[in-house]
Amino acid sequence: MSEKLIVPTMAEMMTQGKTPDILFWVGSAGSYDDRAKKITKAFVKILNKANVNFAVLGTEESATGDLAKRAGNEFLFQMQAFMNIEVLNAYEVKRIVTCDPHSYNCLKNEYPELGGNYEVLHHTQFIKQLIDSKVIQIENSTFSGKRITFHDPCYLGRANSEYLAPRDVLSVLNANLIEMKRSKSTALCCGAGGAQMFKEPEKGNKDINELRTEDALETKPDIIATGCPYCMTMMSDGVKVKEKENEIQVMDIAELIASAQNL
Amino acid sequence: MEYIPNIIFAIILAAGIGYFANNVRKLVRNINLGKDLDVSDNKPQRWKNMAYIALGQSKMVKRPIAGILHIVVYVGFVIINIEVLEIIIDGLFGTHRIGHSILPSALYGFLIGSFEVLALLVLVAVIVFWIRRNVIKLKRFMSSEMKGWPKSDGNIILYFEVVLMCLFLVMNATDTVFQGYNSGNVISQFIAPLFDGLSTSTLHIIERAAWWMHIVGILAFLNYLYFSKHLHILLAFPNTYYGKLTPKGQFPNNPTVTKEVKMMMDPDADPFAAAPEGEEDAVPEKFGASDVQDLSWVNLLNAYTCTECGRCTSECPANLTGKKLSPRKIMMDTRDRLVEVGKNIDANKGVFVDDGKQLLGDYVTDEELWACTSCNACVEACPVSIDPLNIIMQMRQYSVMEKSAAPTELNNMMTNIENNGAPWPYNQMDRLNWKDE
Repeated sequence: MSEKLIVPTMAEMMTQGKTPDILFWVGSAGSYDDRAKKITKAFVKILNKANVNFAVLGTEESATGDLAKRAGNEFLFQMQAFMNIEVLNAYEVKRIVTCDPHSYNCLKNEYPELGGNYEVLHHTQFIKQLIDSKVIQIENSTFSGKRITFHDPCYLGRANSEYLAPRDVLSVLNANLIEMKRSKSTALCCGAGGAQMFKEPEKGNKDINELRTEDALETKPDIIATGCPYCMTMMSDGVKVKEKENEIQVMDIAELIASAQNL
Repeated sequence: MEYIPNIIFAIILAAGIGYFANNVRKLVRNINLGKDLDVSDNKPQRWKNMAYIALGQSKMVKRPIAGILHIVVYVGFVIINIEVLEIIIDGLFGTHRIGHSILPSALYGFLIGSFEVLALLVLVAVIVFWIRRNVIKLKRFMSSEMKGWPKSDGNIILYFEVVLMCLFLVMNATDTVFQGYNSGNVISQFIAPLFDGLSTSTLHIIERAAWWMHIVGILAFLNYLYFSKHLHILLAFPNTYYGKLTPKGQFPNNPTVTKEVKMMMDPDADPFAAAPEGEEDAVPEKFGASDVQDLSWVNLLNAYTCTECGRCTSECPANLTGKKLSPRKIMMDTRDRLVEVGKNIDANKGVFVDDGKQLLGDYVTDEELWACTSCNACVEACPVSIDPLNIIMQMRQYSVMEKSAAPTELNNMMTNIENNGAPWPYNQMDRLNWKDE
């Protein structure tokens, strides 16, 4: 369990004359948020176990600018984008994987016009590839028979029509997958998007994450699965508000797969 | 003297179509007040979207009850309107049921018979719609933006349809010649007995009255469209054609900003350089949108297309949790403001005179603007490819880049990104610390 993570940076790789197959874009949440860092580490464990030749930018990575863009600060977004693209292109990055659907969407859809053209994958898509090519094999899943409900992140689902990859990955756990009444294209947002994560909500009669947690609780889950660090925060808080944190775990798909592999 | 009805008919027809055409001109002018947006790409996909979404109603049936009833009314209305062709020819040339004399009578019977069946189905569907709005009071028809005119508008459309369908059936039922064909009167033969005992001349008067009111009613309805949410019956087609083709999460990069940022980052750029020839007096382009003229013409087409069904609002996470934001209201506000600007231009001989108002602030409040999670639920829900989120984002851009009016917490977050490349106040040099924690 406590094996040291192998996390080469692009700079280190370059000095060794090596080229990684894929860049792991950690993202701001994955780098600094305590809960999200666990997702980052779980995903790295999967990458290490599968012997994926990857690298991170480390201290050369900077916010994608996605948050600024959704908050209306197009100026700051494009500044960040041009800066990041300069770094990514200097390292001749071709493929990127990230655990954050917001970074995924931004890098994949909004960077190309500004000069950043990469094949961008969400970590659930990448893990699915590893499963499909039998690099990851899960036997005797510890989640066998558990009730799991998946909360679609808006920026993976509706924003990019990726509903299958996370579900395909979850299906290898041999668990009991239960859909919420609002799922896939009609999934309810966790409440964090559009920069809401960083401000108090406007006046209303309920917090969005609470409503979404109610959707999830209706499925009587053992585990709420997510694929986004911001959804993770919102759903974890929601479960706490409902005082269910002792019965229900909120876990990222990367954590579920790492845990099922006893990593 | 015998041509008087023909002349009256021709005048009414010309007036009806002429007034409508004039309003369409205004409509097009108003839409063109929006900024240019190049939507000339990927024509095959655009036609396909129009065929599936507008013609094929594919998104309507996501909600099966409303969807199927809507298809009944839509198909009914389109097909029954073939009858208008006959009415126009009869009216202009003084013929009676010209179709019967030029088409094989079995075909004519089949056509009118299907119109009658559809008319009955439309009647039933429209009554159910009315019950949903006025008796069951479905939540999405009861929101605050649906009070007053929008509520009346919704009902007036239904009344129009009820009256038109009834007139059509009564016209057929009291048409002794048509009943005499005994073909195609599938529904009207059961209405005809209601008029038993009336003399042939009285029947004729009722038939003529129904015939005239039917065609006048259709022309009135046509002209009502311009003032109503019902414009969607026409605009749904161009709107789905011009709808967004890129992934929903892809927000357009503002080209004005790109120009500025590139200049800032270009080490050779001279900030004090004189403007290029001909651009000296150019007003620097505004970032984002505060009024309808700052939006794109597709945004404005969206606003005219919205039929206020409220599917967007009923899926909006902010609205569902009691916040003020309603994507439908964003569209209604955009249209209301656009109409106001249009009237201003009409009143001022073709030039817009500043009225001290704008979309942002006078129609859409900051509270609504900042409640959006950009989740795209509204865009997904819209059966005719309207994108309220795009308008919200353009107004946020204006608020932030022109007015520095973002909520304080967001300003802090953005300052952090500027300083440390992360939304939190952590040092960029610590970005990889997780590795060893």
